[in-house]
Amino acid sequence: MRQLLRIASWLYAVLVYGFIFLPVIVLVLFSLQATSFPIPPFTGPSLRWYDAVLSDTRLTSALVNSLLVASISSLAAVTLGFLCAWGLARFVLPGSGLLRGLITLPLTVSYLIIGMGLLVLFNWAGVPKSLLAAGIGHVVINLPLCFAIIYSQMGDHQINIERAARDLGAPEWKVLLLITVPVMAPAIFAGFFLSMTFSWDEFVISFLLTRFDTTLPVEIWNLLRSGLNPKTNAVGSLVFAVSIVLVVLFELTLLRRRKA
Amino acid sequence: MTAPLVDIRAVSHRFGQHTVLKDVSLQIEPGSYTVLLGPSGSGKTTLLSILGGFVTPSEGKVFIRGEDCTSVPPARRPTTTVFQDYALFPHMSVGSNVGFGLRMQGVDGATRAAKAREALALVGLAAAFDKKPHQLSGGQRQRVALARALVIEPAVLLLDEPLGALDLKLRRQMQDELKAIQKRVGTAFIHVTHDQEEAMALADHCVVMNDGRIEDEGPPERVYARPATRFSATFMGESTILAGTVTAVTERTSTVATPVGSVSLPGALPVGSAVALAIRPEHLVLGTAAGGVRLGTAGVSDVVFQGSFKRVLAVSIEDPSVRFIAKLPATATVQPGDTVAISCDTDQIIQLTD
Repeated sequence: MRQLLRIASWLYAVLVYGFIFLPVIVLVLFSLQATSFPIPPFTGPSLRWYDAVLSDTRLTSALVNSLLVASISSLAAVTLGFLCAWGLARFVLPGSGLLRGLITLPLTVSYLIIGMGLLVLFNWAGVPKSLLAAGIGHVVINLPLCFAIIYSQMGDHQINIERAARDLGAPEWKVLLLITVPVMAPAIFAGFFLSMTFSWDEFVISFLLTRFDTTLPVEIWNLLRSGLNPKTNAVGSLVFAVSIVLVVLFELTLLRRRKA
Repeated sequence: MTAPLVDIRAVSHRFGQHTVLKDVSLQIEPGSYTVLLGPSGSGKTTLLSILGGFVTPSEGKVFIRGEDCTSVPPARRPTTTVFQDYALFPHMSVGSNVGFGLRMQGVDGATRAAKAREALALVGLAAAFDKKPHQLSGGQRQRVALARALVIEPAVLLLDEPLGALDLKLRRQMQDELKAIQKRVGTAFIHVTHDQEEAMALADHCVVMNDGRIEDEGPPERVYARPATRFSATFMGESTILAGTVTAVTERTSTVATPVGSVSLPGALPVGSAVALAIRPEHLVLGTAAGGVRLGTAGVSDVVFQGSFKRVLAVSIEDPSVRFIAKLPATATVQPGDTVAISCDTDQIIQLTD
């Protein structure tokens, strides 16, 4: 009986993980297909489609665009999020509960709504569809996230550390730069890498707010419109690999914080 | 006459509706070790925060070295604070922690390191220069915090319950070291504590605080032997308190009627005025002392053996609201339930102002 239960629970685990990872495994597997159709039987392995992706300038420039938008928008989001968190954690402000709520509110709003709202706003303000517009959109979705992560780690025990620095003659900007930022570094890195991950494979906002130069997920979508193609599998695998790296970095910074 | 190093003039402070300091004035001499002693909520920590510049008082002024520092921020006043939780910078080495204040003054790296090493040697931690704060024990962190605060040569060093987080044995040891370091560097220390033993051991000048006011201040010997108020007689050590009324006055003595008999005191007091008297436990005698004042008889309610002495609690038979606290030699043969005569030497009766 016990044996049976064990087998059943293993089977369950295999099914759950299979359900989650099978599409990715299939994607990666058929990106290595040697022939032109990503359908069984598997004919690889071959790197021919990776070669095709990397020699496709539209895809590679989209890849660079994505990296640029992700890193710059994440940097902006984490900087703004940190300053918000510091302000709300250290100073008594009127209605600070309401302010906190308003900052985290975009987390609950769908990307479609945010994208459409920004589209209307930029249209009205005369900001053209561009990577900059998409980047601003990514700041909008990632700032609340960075704020929430950093704010949750800003405890009272750091107040005395900051006080001690001030007491020893540090002006406010040095307190922030030399004390608060290093002490908060794990949370700041965690916020940054999570933002990178979200920005990296964000589609809806980028789709709505870019036109000629665009990000990788939008370019992949363009590619998919002309039907299944092993190139899409190869580029999808690349996107997945970068996401994995970012998530691992995020986990590592989080683990380091737990240990400290 | 030289001006005091620190001059606190009529400072009051409110947190919202709650008044935590009520018209406090205090002067601190250069090179002195001042202890602010009081129970929690007495305002002692707020007073220290006002000195450090972390709190701006609602009313009154603070002068340090003759300059009005009332609203000067902590970074620009000649004080440094040793925080109760030490507040060391966790991401910096011990050496960088100690050198931080000098770095903020723009001192170059080599001089900084040399001075930081010197300060660490002063607190007996020369070997810890390259360690991180989390590698040190509580007592060692305490010393690093002290070195960090002393290295920039403040006019006044403020210590906020610095020994509160240490165990008893380490506390007594650090206490002796603090005093020795203070004598060596000659900086004025202001130390907040609720531990009266710590206060007596460290202070040149002891300030007893209660409910936002200074109850008593002076050398600890004086504050202990002749407490000015009922509060300081009971907070700084224990006392038996007797309430009485002045019944007769001669030229140099007053006779006070108390529930346990009449007592004569030196000094002329107005007839009919109410007075409170305090007697320290070591001055009460069980049995009749020759030449002493008789304070009636009492039933012993409790005897606590404390190693070098016995602490005896007794309730007066004449007036059960009077509770005697006596300290007897460890060899005394007194037991709960005994009825004993109580007396005491007239010179040892302390008159309190309420």
